[in-house]
Amino acid sequence: MAYSFPEEVLEYVFSFINSDKDRNAVSLVCKSWYEIERWCRRRIFIGNCYAVSPGIMIRRFPEIRSVEIKGKPHFADFNLVPEGWGGYVYPWVIAMSRAYPWLEEIRLKRMVVSDECLELISKSFKNFKVLVMSSCEGFSTDGLASVAANCRNLKELDLRESEVEDLSGHWLSHFPDTCTSLVSLNIACLGSEVSFSALERLVSRCPNLRMLQLNRAVPLEKLPNLLRGAPQLAELGTGAYSAELRPELLSSLLDAFTGCKKLKGLSGFWDVVPAYLPAIYPVCHGLTSLNLSYATIQSPDISKLISQCQNLQRLWVLDYIEDGGLDILATTCKNLEELRVFPSDPYGVEQNVSLTEQGLVSVSEGCPKLQSVLYFCRRMSNASLVTIAQNRPNLIRFRLCIIEARATDYLTLEPLDAGFGAIVENCRELRRLSLSGLLTDRVFEYIGKHAKKLEMLSIAFAGDGDLGLHHVLSGCESLRKLEIRDSPFGDKALLANAAKLETMRSLWMSSCSVSYGACKLLGQRLPRLNVEVIDERGTPESRPESCHIEKLYIYRTVAGRRFDTPDFIWTVDEEGNAPLRIA
Amino acid sequence: MEEGFARNELELRLAPPGDQELNLTHTKTTTNTTKHIFQEKDHNPSLLSLGNSYSTIISHTTCSGSKRVLEKSWLNESQTQTHKFSSLDTLNGTPWSSSCSKYYDQQKDMKKESLVAVLQNTTEKQQAFLTDASAVKNTDGPNTSQKRTAPAPVVGWPPIRSFRKNIASNNSTKVKVEPKEQKLAPPLKSANEKQVENSCNGLFVKINMDGVPIGRKVDLKAYDSYEKLSSSVDELFRGLLAAQRDPSDEKIQNDEGDKLITGLLDGRGEYTLVYEDNEGDRMLVGDVPWHMFVSAVKRLRVLKSSDLSSLFAGGRKQGKNRTETAVIQ
Repeated sequence: MAYSFPEEVLEYVFSFINSDKDRNAVSLVCKSWYEIERWCRRRIFIGNCYAVSPGIMIRRFPEIRSVEIKGKPHFADFNLVPEGWGGYVYPWVIAMSRAYPWLEEIRLKRMVVSDECLELISKSFKNFKVLVMSSCEGFSTDGLASVAANCRNLKELDLRESEVEDLSGHWLSHFPDTCTSLVSLNIACLGSEVSFSALERLVSRCPNLRMLQLNRAVPLEKLPNLLRGAPQLAELGTGAYSAELRPELLSSLLDAFTGCKKLKGLSGFWDVVPAYLPAIYPVCHGLTSLNLSYATIQSPDISKLISQCQNLQRLWVLDYIEDGGLDILATTCKNLEELRVFPSDPYGVEQNVSLTEQGLVSVSEGCPKLQSVLYFCRRMSNASLVTIAQNRPNLIRFRLCIIEARATDYLTLEPLDAGFGAIVENCRELRRLSLSGLLTDRVFEYIGKHAKKLEMLSIAFAGDGDLGLHHVLSGCESLRKLEIRDSPFGDKALLANAAKLETMRSLWMSSCSVSYGACKLLGQRLPRLNVEVIDERGTPESRPESCHIEKLYIYRTVAGRRFDTPDFIWTVDEEGNAPLRIA
Repeated sequence: MEEGFARNELELRLAPPGDQELNLTHTKTTTNTTKHIFQEKDHNPSLLSLGNSYSTIISHTTCSGSKRVLEKSWLNESQTQTHKFSSLDTLNGTPWSSSCSKYYDQQKDMKKESLVAVLQNTTEKQQAFLTDASAVKNTDGPNTSQKRTAPAPVVGWPPIRSFRKNIASNNSTKVKVEPKEQKLAPPLKSANEKQVENSCNGLFVKINMDGVPIGRKVDLKAYDSYEKLSSSVDELFRGLLAAQRDPSDEKIQNDEGDKLITGLLDGRGEYTLVYEDNEGDRMLVGDVPWHMFVSAVKRLRVLKSSDLSSLFAGGRKQGKNRTETAVIQ
C-alpha cells in the first residue's frame, strides 16, 4: 500500500516494545505487521513447555535470542507430581541448537535438564550468556563443568533451588582464567565444597559481578576475602554464618561489609551464630532485600537487625520473628512490599513460637506499600482477615497457610469464608491467592464475584461440592492457573465450564471427585486441551468410568498430545480413549 | 427457546467469547438472557445458571454399564440461588476434623438421579482422602511434643519446599539463646558427606519398589537402625502394593487386611531391600554398620527376592537414564 511505513521503520518502532502482551497485540494488527514482528522478536516466554512445540516456536520466530520455559505444575514443589512426569528440556535444546546459533539466554523453571543438555548448550551457542535454572533437576555438577568450561561469555549462572547431583565441587575450577564476564553466580543449592581459591580468583577477576550467592559449604572465614575481591556486589548470599568466636574474624567481616557500598540484598545465613550478626549492621540501612528464611535466630536478634533496615522492601524470615518482631517490622520498614514468613517446625503439633495472626495484622497496618504476602501460621480469624483486607486494599499476592488443614476461625469456630471474602472484595488488584482453613462453597462465591483480576488460585481441603468450583470457573475472568487438591469438586462444574479451560494455562486437580468419564468427555470435545490423567493404580480403562481418578492435569496446547509421558499418565485423545502405550 | 436438541448424540457446545468456530452443533451461541428449558430424561429440575457468557449445554454420558444421554440446560441466575450442586457423598466420615462435618450435610437432597445416582452407586470409599493419608509418613522433628495426637501426615502439606523442612530440628535450642553464652559453632560437614537432597538436615533418598510405578523419598536421618527403615518401607508401600495387585479394589486403607511386607533384610520375604552406593554399585541393605550405610547410600530399591540373583549377576551401574524420547515436531 502506498501509505505503509517501510519495514525498517516499523522494525525500529517495534524494538521499543518488549512486553510479550504488547508484542502479541502488535502481531495481530495485520499480516505485514505479523511478519515484521515475528522476524524481530528476540525474547520469548513459554509458560507451559507442552503448550507449544519447539518446531512451532522456531517456525514463527526465527531470530530468538532469549528463551524462558516452564515445565512442571506448581504443585510439583510439594511432591504432588510424581517423578517421571515430564518437563524435559532436551527436545527444546536440540531444536534450538540447530535453529538459533545466536541464542544468548535460557531460563528454565521446574524442568528436567540432563548433563548432555548442558553440554549441548555450552557447545552450540557461541554467544551464550545467561543460564537460569529455577527448581530444575536431572543434572549433576559435571554438566555445570561443561557450562563453566565452554561458555566464553557467560554472564549469569543461577541455580536457584535446583536439585543437583553433587559429584564434587571441582566443576567451578573449569572456569578458564580468561573468564571475566560473570555478572551473577548463584550456587546456593549445592552441597559440596567448591575450591575456595578458584572461587576467590573467579570473583576478583570479574569486575561486573553484581550477584554472588554462595552455598552453605563456604565457611564464614572465607567471606571477608571474597567481599574484598568484589566490593561492587549488589546482592550477596552468605554461606554458613557460623564460626568460633574470634574477635579478629568479626572485625575482618565488619571491615569487608563496610566496604560493600552497593549492597542491596542479603541472603544465605545458614547456621547463624548471632554474635556475628553485627558485622552486617553497616549495610542494613541500604538493604532492600533480606532473606533470613534459613536463619534459626530468635526474635530479639531478628528484631535488632530489622530495626536498622529502614529501606527494606522485601523480607523472608522464619516464624522465629514472632509477633513482636513483626511489630518492629511494621514500625520500621515503611517501604516494605513483600513479606514471607515460613514455619520453623511445620510438622510439629504444638506451636513452638509465639507467632499468630496478630503479626500479619500489624504489618498490614504499618506498611502501606505491602502488596505481596506469604504467611504460615497456626491460627486465623475472620475478623483479622477483614482487618487486613481493609488495611491493605493494594494487595496483589496473598498466600495464607494455616498449618492445620480445615482449621476454623479460632474465635468463632466458623469457616473462614467471610475473611477471605473480604480479601477479594477489598483487594481489587489481587492476582494471586492461596487459601487455607475451613472453607465452604461460600468463599468461592465471593471469589467468583469479586476476584476479577485473579490469575492464580490455589485451593486445598476446601469447598462443599461442584458449586464452589463452578463459581470460580465462571466468575474469575482473568484466571490462568488453578490448582486444587483434596477438595470435593467433580464433573459437573468441569463440564459446565469446559470452554473456560481453553482460556487458562492449566488446571491441576488431585484427590478431588473427578470421574474418568468426565475426563474422556473433556478430552474428546476439546481438542485444544490435553487432558492428562495421572493414576498409580493402572489404566483407568480397567475401572468403571464413574471411578474417581487420582490426579488430573489439563492444559491448553497447540502442539497436540505429548509422547513423553510415563506409564502412569494417560492422555485422553480425540476418540475419548486413553490408549495403552507399548511399554 | 431452544429446542430440537439431538437427544441421542453426545453434544457439547462451547461458547468462548466471540469465537463462533468452536460451536460443534448447529445451534447458535446464546446470550445469557436467553432462557433455556431444562429438559432431561428424568425430568429433574435445573441445576445452576451461568451469569456469564459461557452458556454451555452439556450432554453427559453416565456409565457403569449403560450409556444414557442427558441433556441439561442452564437457567438464569434468579432461579438458582436455592440450588446447590450435590456433591458426591464421599465426604461423610472424612477422617479430618469433626467440626467440618456439619457442612457436608444436605448436598444429597438433589433430585437429579441420573448422574449422581450412578456416581453414588460406586463402591469407592473416600479414597482420595485416604490415599494421601496413607502415603509418605513425614518424619516428625525430634522435638514434637505429643500432647494431642498428630493428624496423619499428608503428602505435600503444609506446602513447603523440601529444602525448608527440618529447619527446627537443626536448632536444638528451643529456649531463647542468651547473647552472652555462645556455643562453639559445630564444625562444618565434610565435603564427603553427600546430601542427596538439599534439605537442611534431612537425608532424603529416592526409593522405588517393583510393581509400583511412582517412587517415593525417605529421610534416612529419621531412622537409626535397619529395623526402623524396614518397617517404614513396609508402611510406605504396603497399601500401594495392595492397590496394584487388585486394580478394582478401591480400598487403600492399610489398618488391617493388607499383606505386610516383611523379611526385607534377611532374604526370607517376598521382597528384598537393596541400595545403590556412591560408586554406583548395588548392594544388599544390612551388611554394613548403619552409619556407614547412611553415608554411602544414594538410592534404595525394593526388589522381588526372586529377581535378586539375576540383578547381581548383571551388576550394571545405574546411570541417569532419563526418558528423553519426546518427538520433536
